[in-house]
Formats: sequence, C-alpha cells, structure tokens
Amino acid sequence: MKNRDHRFTLLLLIPVVLVLVAYVLYPSLRTLIESFQNKEGWSGGNYADFFGSESRSNLQALWNSVYISLLSVFFSALIGVPLAFIFNKYEFPGRSFFSSAAILPIVLPSLVGVMAFMFLYGESGLVPNAIKDLFGLTNIPFKIGGVSGILIVHAYTMYVYFYMTVSSTIRSIDPSLEEAAYNLGAGRLTVFTKVTLPLLTPAIVGASLLVFMTSMASFSAPFLLAGGFRVLSLQIYFSKVNGNLSMAATQSVILSIVSISFLLFMRWYQNRRDYRMATKGIGAHRSEIKNPFLKGLMVAVGVVGVIILLLPHMTILILSLVPDGTWTYQTYPSVFNGENYLFLFTEPKIWDPVRNSLILAFLATLGNLVFGVLTSYVLVKRKFVGKNMLDIMVMLPWALPATVVGMNLVLAFNESSVFTFGHILVGTFWILPLAYFIRHIPLVVRSTNATLEQLDDSLEEAARNLGAKWFYLFRRVVLPLVMPGVMAGTLLAFVEAVGEFPTSVLLYTLGNRPISIEIMNQLRMFNMGQAAAYGMIQISLIGLVLFISNKFFGIKAERSL
Amino acid sequence: MSSVTLKSITKSFKTVQAVKELSLDIQKGEFFTFLGPSGCGKTTTLRMIAGFYYPTTGSIFFGDREMTKVAPEKRNTGMVFQNYALFPHMTVFENVAFGLKVRKLASAEVKKRVEEALAKVRLDAFTKRQVSQLSGGQQQRVALARSLVIQPEILLLDEPLSNLDARLRDEMRTEILRLQRDYGITTIYVTHDQIEALSMSDRIAVFNAGECQQIGTPKEIYNEPANDFVASFIGETNLIPVQLEGREGGTLQFSWVEDNSKKLMAERPAAFSEEELLSVSIRPEAVEVFEEPPVNLQNVYEGTIELAQFTGASLNLFISLGGKVVQAMVLNTMAHPEPEPGDRVWVRLPEFRVRVVPRVMEPKEGRRIS
Repeated sequence: MKNRDHRFTLLLLIPVVLVLVAYVLYPSLRTLIESFQNKEGWSGGNYADFFGSESRSNLQALWNSVYISLLSVFFSALIGVPLAFIFNKYEFPGRSFFSSAAILPIVLPSLVGVMAFMFLYGESGLVPNAIKDLFGLTNIPFKIGGVSGILIVHAYTMYVYFYMTVSSTIRSIDPSLEEAAYNLGAGRLTVFTKVTLPLLTPAIVGASLLVFMTSMASFSAPFLLAGGFRVLSLQIYFSKVNGNLSMAATQSVILSIVSISFLLFMRWYQNRRDYRMATKGIGAHRSEIKNPFLKGLMVAVGVVGVIILLLPHMTILILSLVPDGTWTYQTYPSVFNGENYLFLFTEPKIWDPVRNSLILAFLATLGNLVFGVLTSYVLVKRKFVGKNMLDIMVMLPWALPATVVGMNLVLAFNESSVFTFGHILVGTFWILPLAYFIRHIPLVVRSTNATLEQLDDSLEEAARNLGAKWFYLFRRVVLPLVMPGVMAGTLLAFVEAVGEFPTSVLLYTLGNRPISIEIMNQLRMFNMGQAAAYGMIQISLIGLVLFISNKFFGIKAERSL
Repeated sequence: MSSVTLKSITKSFKTVQAVKELSLDIQKGEFFTFLGPSGCGKTTTLRMIAGFYYPTTGSIFFGDREMTKVAPEKRNTGMVFQNYALFPHMTVFENVAFGLKVRKLASAEVKKRVEEALAKVRLDAFTKRQVSQLSGGQQQRVALARSLVIQPEILLLDEPLSNLDARLRDEMRTEILRLQRDYGITTIYVTHDQIEALSMSDRIAVFNAGECQQIGTPKEIYNEPANDFVASFIGETNLIPVQLEGREGGTLQFSWVEDNSKKLMAERPAAFSEEELLSVSIRPEAVEVFEEPPVNLQNVYEGTIELAQFTGASLNLFISLGGKVVQAMVLNTMAHPEPEPGDRVWVRLPEFRVRVVPRVMEPKEGRRIS
C-alpha cells in the first residue's frame, strides 16, 4: 500500500517536474550561461562591462531602478495604508462602494494605464491644460514625465497591494486586543503605536517588499514615460533590440538576483513573524462616525478618491471616441464618434489583435488551470523529498521580472531543443502562450494552495473508505471543494494575460501580436483614438471577466493577488 | 476597590434591546456573577461596565462616582476576555507590563510588580516566553495577571474558562477564587455555566432575554428560584403546572393542571400574583421513592419506572405518573433488588421541598414537563 502510494505520487510528480525544468529552470540556466559567454567562449567579461567604469549607463540604470522602487514603496504606502484604515475602521455612507472602487487600478492593464496618465497629466495633458485655461495661466502649472511620471503611475497601480494586505490584516485583528489595551488604561495613541501598528507590521513589510519587487520589474511605465531616463528592465529590452544578447543576459541575471533575494527575504520574514489570531469568529466592529462634519469629510474624500481613480478609465473612453486625425494642434479634442470601434467590424486587420489576445490568453490560462491544480495538489497533499525545492521552482516565475522571463525564453528557444520537440519556438505563434503560461503559474498554484490547505484530509480518507478510486474522489470531492480558489487564480491569470505587455514586446511576431503590441504600434503612429479603442476593449474584457466571476461564481479574483 | 451600581440600564442595538431596565448593586469586594444562556445580555452589561458600550438610558456608578460615559481607559477596571486577548507580538512579561507602562511607572517598579503578579499566578518561570508558546491554561493566567497587576478597582471576567478543557477549568476555578480572595477585589464574573456560578459566587444575577430574573446567593437561587426559568436553568428540576385551590395557614392547596384529581400541598411559594400561571418545581434529589404505598403522607402518587440510569453516585429514575414523567435521584446504596424499568413505585413530593413558581416560560420550553 505504502509503495503504491509512493509510485502514485511519483506518477503525479513527473509531469509537474518536467514542465518546470523545461520551461522555468532550463531557460533561466540558459540565460545564466549566456551571461558568461562572449565571442571567445567562457568569460566574466560581461560582468566587468556591467560594473566597469567606461559604461556607466548600466550601473546608473541599476541605481535608478532601486531608488525609484524605494520611492514607489513610500508613495504607495502613503496612499494605501490610510485608505485601508478609513475603509475598515469607520462606518460612513457609501463606505462599501468606495472600498470596492479602491481596487479599480487592477482593472487597468499596465500599458493602457500609463497611456491614460500621459494624456491626463503629461505635457499636453487634459488636467494641466484645463487648470491653465480655467485660471488663465500662461503656462501649464505642472506636468508629469520621466521620474515623476513613473512614480505617479507606480503609486496609482501599486498602492492596491498596501490597501489589500493591510485591509485584510485589519479585518483579522481581534478587536478585543485593542479593547484590552484600552481597559489597561492606554489612550488612542498608545493603542495605535503599541498594539495596532506592531500587528500590522508584517502586512506592511510584506506589501513593501511586493511593491519593491513589482516596481523593480516594472516595464510599461518606464517604456512610455522614461524619456532619456534609464532603468534596468528597460536596458534589457534595449540590449536585446540592439542584438547584444550576452549583455541582455547579464542584465537579466543581475535584475533577477535583486528580485530573488527580495523574494527569499520576504519568505524568511513572513515565516519568522506570523501572529496567528487565536480567536473564534468575532466580527470587526467598525465605529460609526457620528460627527456630521467628519462624516461629510469622509464621504468627500471617498468621492474625490473615486473620481481620481476613475479618471484614467474615463480618459481612455473619451480618447477612444476621438477619430484619428481630428485632434492635432487643438488643446482639447472636438470631434467624437464611434469610428474607431466601427473599424473593428469593417477592417479585419484591426480585429486581428483582439482575436490573437483572446486565443493566446485562453491557451495559456487553460495550461495554467490544468498544471496549477495538479501542482498544487502534489505540493499540499502529497509527501515527497524535495518539496521545498519544487515550491521554490513554482514561485520562481513570480520573482523573475517579466522582461527576464521574456529574455530567458528568447535565449532558450531560439534554437531547437528536446523540450520543444526539436522545433525553434522563437518567431512562432507558440512562444507567446508559453510565456504567458510561465508568468502565471504561481498565481493559480498559490490560490489553489490556499483553498487546498483548508481541505481536511479526512474528507479524502472518507471517500477512500467508501470505495472511491483516486481519480473519482479527486473529480467528485477534491475538485468541487477547491474550485473557488482554482477559479479565482485562473481568472486572474486570464485577466493578466490579456493585458500582458513586457513579455509580448520581446517575443511577438506579426502573426500573433496581441492587443498590447497593437496599442504600442498605434501610439507610435500617433493614432491615439485607435490605441485608446484597443485599450477600452482590453478594459472591457477584463471588467467582463471579473464581473462574470463575481456575479456567477461569487469569486473575488482580486483576493488571490 | 469599589462598589458598582447600575441604575435602570437599557442598551439597544438598532432595533434589538439587549438589556432592559437593569438595576444592580454590587458590594465592595464581592464576587458577583452574571449567569444566563447565550444572548441574554450578560456580556453586554459587562462591556457597559468596562466602558466599551455606553448605555442607551440609565447610569453606572463606581462607589459614588458616575462612570456612565467615561472612556474605558479611564475606568481602572481589569478585564479578562473570553479569548484572553493577549498581545501576540509581546512576550509574557511585556503583556503583563503593558498597563503599568501606560501608567508611566519607573521600570524597576514595573519589573518588581510584574514579577510579583506572575509569581502569584505561578508563571514566574515563563516571563520571556512568547504568548503563542503557552498552553491555554497558562495564557489564561497571563491574562489574569495582566488585569490584576494594575490594581484595578473592579475585576471583570468574561467567560474566562469557556475555552479550557474540563480538568483545567476546575483548576482555574480555584485559582481565580484564591486570587480574588487574596486581592479582595470586587469581581464581576460572566458565565453560562451554572456549576461555576454556584461554586464561586457570593451572589448571582440570573439573566434571560435581556432581563434580570433573580438576584441572590447561590443557595437562594437554587433552593428558592423566583420563577420556572431560574428553576430549570440552574440545576435539574421537575416542573408541574398547577392551579391554586385554597389556603390553610401557611400551606397552599393545588391541583394538577393536566389531571384535576391529583392534589398537591406546598409550603414554600415564591412571590406571585393572583393572575399569574403557576408551576411547582421540585429537584430530583428531593423526590422520594417507595416500593410500598407510604401511610400518612401527603403528595403521594402511584407510578411506573420507565427508565433507570446508573451514574455512579446515584440512580436517576424516570417515573411515569399517568402520562407525566418525573425524574427522581436516589443514592446508590447497593440495595437489592435494584429498581428496574417496569417496577411499580410510589412517589412523594415532600410539601416542604416543592417550590411554587410563576410560569414565565412557554410550556414547551419547560424541560422535564412532558
């Protein structure tokens, strides 16, 4: 019996390990090897070049990446933490609406978001110009671009990490802890600094590391806003475009080292400080705000916040209604119609990217679903040697910046290999679904893990006891119970795949170019309207998926972030 | 140390009245228990005394100081929460020291007092531990030490033993009582466990549905319940609906509602008014069982044993008196032959041990009636 169990675990493990080795480990190793090669053969010359004094640009880019990331952490926390407090500790009219609106930035694909910010707050942006005209100024009062632009986009998209982790921790803090402190004579300030804040520290540190990693890896914002400003993720792209693959590999390795060390630090920290709340379900009390002035203020802050959060979406919508060629030198667009959308149905070439995106995302997500459930089951419910290794391998694509994942694939599959059955993948249709699949492995595995860990082992044993074979009990008992977690992760993977830009830009071909690439092309041709129309399609697709999952499956996909 | 006075307290949450017109006087140094089923308003009352809720109407006094709207941190009460509410990010020492540090005591003094308090609860060896490394009983004692070390005027205990297993619960019961006597502190104890209430309290207030049913010493509550709810909530009892037929000196004459031919004499009525419906309550241990019809005794009924449960110290007999089942408890005397189901017996409900109580419960809620 024991032997049979072992054999079965092995049987389940083989496909999992095979996929991970072929598409995660092998490409990473290829990049590592490539970084130690130059024309003559093995050498550390690339690293000497990177850190060398003659080409300061690389070191400068690394430093820029780090300090932008640090500032992104600071600004995201500045927005996310207070919002989490206001929405979870106090009760006021519209609270639940505002609190769900606070996660709106998730529904904005990175490239579209950056584009919206350019048109909103950039040189010829709507907001600065509107202020100028409104107050009769001679110059626009402010504009974003370069560092400030990147930072604002980062703060807008990444404060959600702080907001969500801190919110969920606030909700899980046993209210009797704060009451106990009050009872012992502590005032509001003491309770906050000595009890509430220390309990939130793990969440805040976790979110900080997450934001740091995400902004180290951030590609879309620097890509559109940086100007002459260099960051490391962008340098990789430039090196690749210039054909210097060894340098691109070296830059990838260095960026990976920074990201992975942060991942390891995060794992260590979270394992070290885990205050499990030993509490039977006590609902959090939200204190109702009685003071009408304060109540009004809260609502006002909420309304203004929601407007600011929705402005980018609105801008994209408005831009998408402006026909190309009608908004050139004027400050504001003057002609609005549905021409950009009409093209979708009349010109098949315009419909192509949309269809591509859907097919690519569908294929990748299907793979994620099957692979994720299997991997998660093996990781959570089966015993075997090397589980920790497997776990780290699964999480690797999450720590690796998207640009690096793209580079890994370029370097690994631009020649035939056993893992591709002797085909060259780069330059074919299949490279993009593979890239999306790899990127989103951790999403599905993590959200499935979370529900699978809740599943009592005795349920499986009971099914066994009643005579069910493994496949039957997996299909009829395990799968239905973990479905919410699986679907949450899968839907989020789909959403991300539809919006994916960094790997797309490294790997697309003319035949499989997705919406994001088409947006980039349209922007380059100054077809703002058409670009925005594509953006709207992306937003609607993502919104539709989230809406359907929420409405019909009762799944909050954002939970699995 | 301080007395506590509640003056017609009412607390409403939105549409629900959790506590209705409650008035109480708790003496200095008294061990006072709020007893009742869950949702009866006892915890709400405790939280109003701690200051976490403010009463909708009515007022609260500690001694002669009005505390109704004083912030919880200014009341100097020591509360032990049901889940202990130990700060998970602090050690045992830091948890206990918290209240003293808030009071800005010198650190040498803090150390001395914390160590004293931890010695009192026999945890002096655990000062440096994280609270998550302690067992349930140890966590309980940290929570106790934390609330006692600030020398509160009033100690508030919210079902402190409900998360412990039976053995530990016995141990902690003695421990809490010992500490309370040591410190001589006014203590309010909330529980739904009648054994805890009876064995620990100086006085008990029995709550039901937001209203106080009776206040009294454990003996008064058990022996002289004010109504059928109190009688059946505390201990086992037989409740028989009756109607008054007449009086003769101190003795009241009743007949059974379900069977007019059965008469019943009672000498110990609770306060009741003419229009109230009445029951008699008699504890199983007061019911006398005879194998032969006894002579010259009142309140004797003939019946059949339906079920005999052996519990070790005693035998629980369920005896059917023509449709009405009465529970009797007889001591295990190893008599032969033992009573068995089907045996014909005579049951006596001694007139000096039946308690006449007004009926406040719906008849179907009365356990042991059917």
